Amino acid sequence: MADLNTLYQEVILDHSKRPRNCRALADADHHADGYNPLCGDKVTLYLRLEGDRIADITFQGTGCAISTASASILTETLKGKTLAEAASLFEVFHDLVTGRLPDADEVPDLGKLAVFSGVSQFPVRVKCASLPWHTLRSALEKDSKAPQGPAATTTE
Amino acid sequence: MATLHGVVAPALEAPATGFDVRKIREHFPFLKQKVHGKPVVYLDNAATSQKPQVVLDAVLRFYTELCSNVHRGVHQTSERATEAYEGARVKIQTFLNARAPREIVYVRGSTEGINLVAQTYGRQHVQAGDEILITELEHHSNIVPWQMLCEEKGAHLRVAPINDRGEVILEEFQKLLTERTRLVSVAHVSNALGTINPVKQIVQWSHARNIPVLVDGAQAAPHLKVDVQALDCDFYVLSGHKMFGPTGIGVLYGKAELLESMPPYQGGGDMILSVTFAKTTYNQIPHKFEAGTPNIAGVLGLGAAVDYLNSVGMENVFSYDSALLAYATGAISQIPGVRLIGTAREKAGVLSFMLDGVHPHDVGTVLDQEGIAVRTGHHCAQPVMQRFGVPATVRASLAFYNTKQEVNALAQGLQRVKALFG
Repeated sequence: MADLNTLYQEVILDHSKRPRNCRALADADHHADGYNPLCGDKVTLYLRLEGDRIADITFQGTGCAISTASASILTETLKGKTLAEAASLFEVFHDLVTGRLPDADEVPDLGKLAVFSGVSQFPVRVKCASLPWHTLRSALEKDSKAPQGPAATTTE
Repeated sequence: MATLHGVVAPALEAPATGFDVRKIREHFPFLKQKVHGKPVVYLDNAATSQKPQVVLDAVLRFYTELCSNVHRGVHQTSERATEAYEGARVKIQTFLNARAPREIVYVRGSTEGINLVAQTYGRQHVQAGDEILITELEHHSNIVPWQMLCEEKGAHLRVAPINDRGEVILEEFQKLLTERTRLVSVAHVSNALGTINPVKQIVQWSHARNIPVLVDGAQAAPHLKVDVQALDCDFYVLSGHKMFGPTGIGVLYGKAELLESMPPYQGGGDMILSVTFAKTTYNQIPHKFEAGTPNIAGVLGLGAAVDYLNSVGMENVFSYDSALLAYATGAISQIPGVRLIGTAREKAGVLSFMLDGVHPHDVGTVLDQEGIAVRTGHHCAQPVMQRFGVPATVRASLAFYNTKQEVNALAQGLQRVKALFG
């Protein structure tokens, strides 16, 4: 039986109450909006790249504890990483929260992301955890100079 | 009648009317379910309701004993099925106090009922520059069909505002009734806020200006007695699955003269009198609006739900529901950090609230672990959420098989949420 403490670990509660990098980024060259219409989670991700490295990454938004913590830890984890590393972590994170990664300890690069392993036991909350990551992908795929494009990323 | 503010326990404790919630609960098989190892506390009735055994029996009986198409055969089973099917129509007519069975059209639910009116009556009567009037508290199903019609015709959707208690501001509503208004469409009871709208008054004001009124009764029919003649509304929709009947079946009530004047909705079998490639003539009401093989099992289930509600008595249902809502309002609002959303003076069934510092989605997850089912989100009423400046709410919605003990469990669950999120 799933235990709430597996989902709401200390680190997650901390990041949801005191999110890091929670601000707009004035000199962002990429950004995207993410929205989960089912529960009202909203997140906007801002990035500034130097070559293929993420020089700075921030977020803003309103949402549940899981989506807020996920966005916060995402920005902490990805600052300074290359785009290739970010893409790889996207896949690993997705496997983690959907329960396809049985032993989180075996994947060395996960770092703090490992705290989201409990989400796999609460399938309804997977979309909350993965919203910031889908939004990140959307931000990187969009042309940053183009006006706000078609509908924002959703996890529908 | 139970008051809303101040706890009125007597109606819950003393079954003076013979209403005993423990006996009622025994009629509903689902209530024995366990969720995460705990007895289910089902407080999501506004999303869908539980079904009494007699409804389940009626559905099964159709498929095991009466399984035949309706209106189509001379063999006995087909006759018996047709008799049961049309018999249910009469039950619903009586339940709503319509003048005749032909004023009862079977649809999939309230949403389809509203779409039917928008696409037939609406297309017929609404032209460029005309107006349709709804309110700020409507469910998406009573917004989007009208938006689509207005876009198609170049008409305008007008929205009567609500106050901070979640009540329609009646002076503003009246100002929005103009010479261009072709239809008014309002909820009887708000699914997100629980507000009971003064629909009788709204109909009177609208009719004084020759404007017809559609009333969305999806959340009203489970809680209070609906009398369409007393309301004098032109259309009324309800959903079977919200009033203890099966999913996939609902009712559109329309005044006979109106239904007769409207063009058909969907074309096909049963809604015709005769078909040639040169010309087809349409059937009389209500069959004109019922194309194809209907949800026969759903109809029989809905008929059984109506019988069941009649046996309990809608006055008893309303009395018990009101008392339980008053109790729940008192119990939940006492918890520090709780903010009620929707505090109208007249309410039914619904308790929407926020808990300081905790997103509704997280509240819902913790409650779920206790076996408590509530709804979290925008409840298909995004404009309402915007009006109150919230992304979502927690909504507990009651039915006449819920108990004080279940409300207490909800309160305890909220204390658990507060402890976890500190």
